[in-house]
Amino acid sequence: MHRWLSSVVVTAFAAVAISSALLIAQTPTATGAKPAAGAKPQATPAKTAAPAKPAAKAWSAPKTPWGDPDLQGVWNDATSTPLQRPNGKGETVGEGDASQFEEQLASDLNRDRRDGGPEIDVNRAYNEHWMDSRRLKITEDRRTSLIVDPPDGRLPPQVQISPERQKIRAERQAAANRFNAGMPLVATELSLPIRCIIRTDSPPYLPTIYNNDFQIYQSPGYVVIAPEMIHSARMIPLDGRPHLGKNLHQWLGDTRGHFEGNTLVIETTNFRTDDGTVYQGANPATYKITERFTRVANDTVNYEFTINDPMTWSKPWTAVVPWTKIDPKEQMYEYMCHEDNFDIVHLLTGARNREKNPSLNLQPAKR
Amino acid sequence: MRTRFWRVITPVGFAVMIALIWLLPLAGQAPPPRQPSAFPAYKAPRLNGHPDLNGIWQAFTTANIDLEDHEAQSGPHPELMGAYGGWPAGQSVVEGGEIPYKPEALAKKRQNVANRMKVDVSNDKTWHNLGDPEMKCYMPGIPRATYMPYPFQIVQGSSPYILMAYEFATASRTIRMDWKDEAPTDTWMGWSRGHWEGDTLVVDVTGQREETWFDRAGNYHSDMLHVVERFTPLSPYHLMYEATIEDPKVYTRPWKITIPLYRRMEKNVQLLEYKCVPFTEEMLYGKFKKGAS
Repeated sequence: MHRWLSSVVVTAFAAVAISSALLIAQTPTATGAKPAAGAKPQATPAKTAAPAKPAAKAWSAPKTPWGDPDLQGVWNDATSTPLQRPNGKGETVGEGDASQFEEQLASDLNRDRRDGGPEIDVNRAYNEHWMDSRRLKITEDRRTSLIVDPPDGRLPPQVQISPERQKIRAERQAAANRFNAGMPLVATELSLPIRCIIRTDSPPYLPTIYNNDFQIYQSPGYVVIAPEMIHSARMIPLDGRPHLGKNLHQWLGDTRGHFEGNTLVIETTNFRTDDGTVYQGANPATYKITERFTRVANDTVNYEFTINDPMTWSKPWTAVVPWTKIDPKEQMYEYMCHEDNFDIVHLLTGARNREKNPSLNLQPAKR
Repeated sequence: MRTRFWRVITPVGFAVMIALIWLLPLAGQAPPPRQPSAFPAYKAPRLNGHPDLNGIWQAFTTANIDLEDHEAQSGPHPELMGAYGGWPAGQSVVEGGEIPYKPEALAKKRQNVANRMKVDVSNDKTWHNLGDPEMKCYMPGIPRATYMPYPFQIVQGSSPYILMAYEFATASRTIRMDWKDEAPTDTWMGWSRGHWEGDTLVVDVTGQREETWFDRAGNYHSDMLHVVERFTPLSPYHLMYEATIEDPKVYTRPWKITIPLYRRMEKNVQLLEYKCVPFTEEMLYGKFKKGAS
């Protein structure tokens, strides 16, 4: 197995890796909070969402025996190209600048840095152990952002949210602050990934430091996407049936799909209304996500998604992430989470110990 | 002579006629099946040359309460739950009625029952010692996932993988068809390799974590568990499920369970989410919250 971030190891130690790797998930608006107002649109806007990997001339998209475009296989979506374009960058980087850009991004992802003192350095090294090596390469078309629309490659500005949602966000933020200070009050105030309720299995699918694999299964009338983390299988009926009733909500929503030419188009609704259920604290009641999967080569699927939530962003936004087929020898393994979620107990007992003895500083809880 | 013949034959013929009229309504019907093997012969529709097992299936049995014979019981905390918490009686699905435990293993099974509602996650090393994994919302393993009172979906296409996705705990497993490699590590849902024997999907399951149970009655296994499952289509609406269970550390011989699976037929039926983790958090982690101790 080439993938040194082997899930064999992950299976055994997944829970241990949870909290530091997903610290960012504790912050409800981790990257989305940055307003894009200051970002200038590029001179040649990338209006089209079609990425720059042209299919070979003779190649035609494979079909299943029953005639649907064939997306079956295990795919990996890791890349270091960030969701939002860094300030001062063009739409793409030149061939000669790619490696420098990758180094800069790797540094942002904690590699090759020694600043911040030994404790921070150790934490970074710990995360690096889990880092998917594919996560250190930019997309093949050398884009500087996964967002292709708006053309400046940045999230649209956020709109003013309602006082009720502001209050909920403030509560989530207070819980996140307690977590970061090592003082969580109760399991249910921890983030959904730490509680092993949702991880990278909720759309949109974006690369993280590890477990970026997805297996796609198909049968007549169905496509199923199974993200490695956390072992949920997203059933997508293609028979045109209506969505679930409006009073039936799910953590991962309710998905329906159809093919448009070679593209699988899926639409997801009926998300639960808990804060944090959908991307970056958007409003589950008004959040709409449409995803498109197009096989553009034997080993590449383009994954494009558009998010629209007028209660959160001033306009819809679209990103494209290339999915690469992985060697069949490299297969997906079971990603357990809740079953051995030791961290949740460590986090809470650590907090209780600190309450009794305030002189304890923020050392990692003893394992 | 002729007259005499008719004098004799007429009452007889009359009786035969009456009997025929009596029996006629039954003539077009197959005899009711007394056992699975008596189901009329059936050849499933084909998908890529193999029987098409796609669909949403569910067992309707109380085997998840106890694989063996069990009486109706109140279930936990009747003072709170009343008849809501009751568990119905059920007949054994084990061939021969009883699981052939080694004597010391039977003692462990009884201990499991006594501890099925207890949990203690304060120590990583003894994390899994107490409690039925179902109660803690842990992935159920094989064969339990098949006969829990939740539907599951078989997704069979043209790749070497068949998916079985279970509603309970959003667990799933991939069945690798005609696969050589052994389990790379132990997992909760195990390592499933399949092949076809005629119309039967045969699945060999190894590499299961030893912590899973078979039912709420504490029936259990060790890390030596080896399960061979057989899914045989009996009609467009039925699969017969058989699992042969082998574990030399715990049983004196291999044993077998047989449970029919039924196709869910409701219009637009789909697997729904049963993410039960939030239902367990107070039970598992409540004692660690602020102000609890």
